[in-house]
Amino acid sequence: MLGRTANGLYWMFRYIERAENIARLIDAGLRMSLTRSGVTDDDWDGVLQSAGVREPYGEMHDKTTSVDAIDYLLRERANPSSVMSCFESGRNNARMVRTALTRDTWEAVNECWIEMKTLLAKRVKPADLPEVIDAIKRRVALIRGAFHGSMLRNELYNFARIGTLIERADNTSRILDVKYYVLLPSVSAVGSSLDNVQWESILRSVSAHRSYSWVYDAEYKPANIADFLILNGQMPRSLSYCYEKIVSNLGYLAQEYDERLPAHETADAMLRALQALSVRDIMDKGLHEFLEDFVQRNNQLGQEISEGYRFYQ
Amino acid sequence: MMNADDAPRQPYQQYFEWYSGQNPAHLIGKSRDAESIFRKTGITFAVYGHADSAEKLIPFDLIPRIISAKEWRKLAQGIEQRVVALNAFLDDIYHKQEIIRAGRIPRALIEKNSAFLPQMIGFRPPGGVYTHIVGTDIVRTGEDQFYVLEDNARTPSGVSYMLENRETMMQMFPELFHRNKVQRVEDYPMLLRQSLASLAPPGCKGKPRLAVLTPGIYNSAYYEHSFLADMMGVELVEGSDLRVMDGKVKMRTTRGYEAIDVLYRRVDDDFLDPLTFRPDSALGIPGIMDVYRAGNITIANAPGTGISDDKAIYSYMPEIVEFYTGRKPLLENVPTWRCSEPQSLQYVLDNLADLVVKEVHGSGGYGMLVGPTASKKERAEFAAKLAARPANYIAQPTLSLSTVPILVKKGIAPRHVDLRPYVLVSDKVQIIPGGLTRVALKQGSLVVNSSQGGGTKDTWVLED
Repeated sequence: MLGRTANGLYWMFRYIERAENIARLIDAGLRMSLTRSGVTDDDWDGVLQSAGVREPYGEMHDKTTSVDAIDYLLRERANPSSVMSCFESGRNNARMVRTALTRDTWEAVNECWIEMKTLLAKRVKPADLPEVIDAIKRRVALIRGAFHGSMLRNELYNFARIGTLIERADNTSRILDVKYYVLLPSVSAVGSSLDNVQWESILRSVSAHRSYSWVYDAEYKPANIADFLILNGQMPRSLSYCYEKIVSNLGYLAQEYDERLPAHETADAMLRALQALSVRDIMDKGLHEFLEDFVQRNNQLGQEISEGYRFYQ
Repeated sequence: MMNADDAPRQPYQQYFEWYSGQNPAHLIGKSRDAESIFRKTGITFAVYGHADSAEKLIPFDLIPRIISAKEWRKLAQGIEQRVVALNAFLDDIYHKQEIIRAGRIPRALIEKNSAFLPQMIGFRPPGGVYTHIVGTDIVRTGEDQFYVLEDNARTPSGVSYMLENRETMMQMFPELFHRNKVQRVEDYPMLLRQSLASLAPPGCKGKPRLAVLTPGIYNSAYYEHSFLADMMGVELVEGSDLRVMDGKVKMRTTRGYEAIDVLYRRVDDDFLDPLTFRPDSALGIPGIMDVYRAGNITIANAPGTGISDDKAIYSYMPEIVEFYTGRKPLLENVPTWRCSEPQSLQYVLDNLADLVVKEVHGSGGYGMLVGPTASKKERAEFAAKLAARPANYIAQPTLSLSTVPILVKKGIAPRHVDLRPYVLVSDKVQIIPGGLTRVALKQGSLVVNSSQGGGTKDTWVLED
């Protein structure tokens, strides 16, 4: 396959994954403002930060308001990570690699983009937000379903999956990193209702507030939440899960090409490191330092994959 | 499509028996279904210069245009004759130039023409084929009377619409295909692939590797490029995927560089090789012309074919056909005034209101004047342009084009159409029975270009 096609598949799925994650972040932000009395617009700063767009937002707006923040995250064209921009870039990549996609997958992406162009044509009224967020999640679920249900399990599939998982690992670590201060055990605040809301919002932004309860009982503990999102191999957004799947998809590529590249060593090393750690080790060494390092190495892996498989000239 | 007694012409009889049992409102609903199929599939095109509407649908009319087997045979013979002549003409003007020496065509017209590529002189493409794919634009003016409007021997587009229109019709009205025996167009991608593969260059050992070269996703015909690559099962490449290495054109794959033997390029000559043609082109492949001349790649259509469908050459087509085939042309040429000739220019200026004036190098219906529908002011402005650069224009009478029925709110109404059948040239000439029918949707309009509000319809050639 063409290097450009591998590149297009990889980014198509990164953008689609990102669109969904941004929608979840907004959802979590909305939930927080519903459940907390005296909610401040500062909370949206946290959301913007999790999305990695706090700075560029600041360049366009003097202060943070929920209305502006939501619009920036959903629709702003100047924000390459807004939901609309992600769908736009995702679809452009899909058009570029159209000959590599099944008809079902292409149509799911195209119809998603068609619906979003209408839904996000104008500022979304607060009352319509839940419906719009639902529609985003539903559309992404349809794309994912068409993709898993119809694509051949070959190199195309592997590149698409790797894109999804690298993006997801990046998003999960950012979400945790922004909220790491909440997770720091501090005697005074533990167990207060303020923390519960914050913790729930973390789980909600990875669609896991229910599944957390199934695994760890219905009690929010900082170490458990960190364990869940970093090390729990059953949790489909945890770093461990993402890396298990990245390693296996890269493994198929190595088999298919009969060649191991630097990317394979990097991914294997990252998975081994995750498997060797306990949540205690991570908390002791500093969650923030751990996550910062992880995000950087995750990016590096993406870089190595794009070089190893000739994504660009 | 009606004959003098106001009854449907014979090929339409079956269709109208069916139509008379249909509920018009239901058919209008089907029209909308068709539109949503096209939108969902992404069968769109880009109109250059429209800022917002990056992607548009070409309106689809669901009443097929129907041609009898007898009529088609006559048409196909005429097209084949013309395409054979085009290839012979190209081979001649890039080699011995006998037609010039025989005094049938002025030398300056060829050699001063920007579509004439000196780089092709003395070079014969694999199999001697220059125009692998041709889309001849034809209009019908009466029973058995056809005119060729343009030969489109560079990179004719629209074939994906021919195929998608048929697909859509078969999905929506399967019963019609039981009542009418319609000749197949669906084999086109397979035939195209076979036809291209059969013209692999001498340097190709083993099974030839094909690719479609596109300018990229922002090109107006990108959908078609991806569609054809997909249907043929070959790679869709951009210039940035390709480079010249070890005397071959190779594409960058995830496993390294791999050679391409046949390139179906949908990029204009000018942009093909920045080392040979436009140095600012980012769409092409530096050095591809050297590989071509060394016999290590087939480029379809061959560079330099544009000289044969140039509008200034068009008026000489009857002579060209006769010169190379030894027979009178079977299809008519539209009478054409070459504005470069002072007498003709005067005639054109005097009769602007009755003529269609076209730019010699224009395409897509841009830069043309339709005299009868233009305003006085438009005609005056155009007359000034004409006087300033006469050699840049040709003029033709407006033909009384035949009409076919389209579906409108009130039922059916007649509209003007043209027809672009697709022709594949290898060691044989294959004409796909049917083609793209473009229809001027505005009442009375003669402009069928999709960029100017034209639509398309399925085109049926019936079996005997």
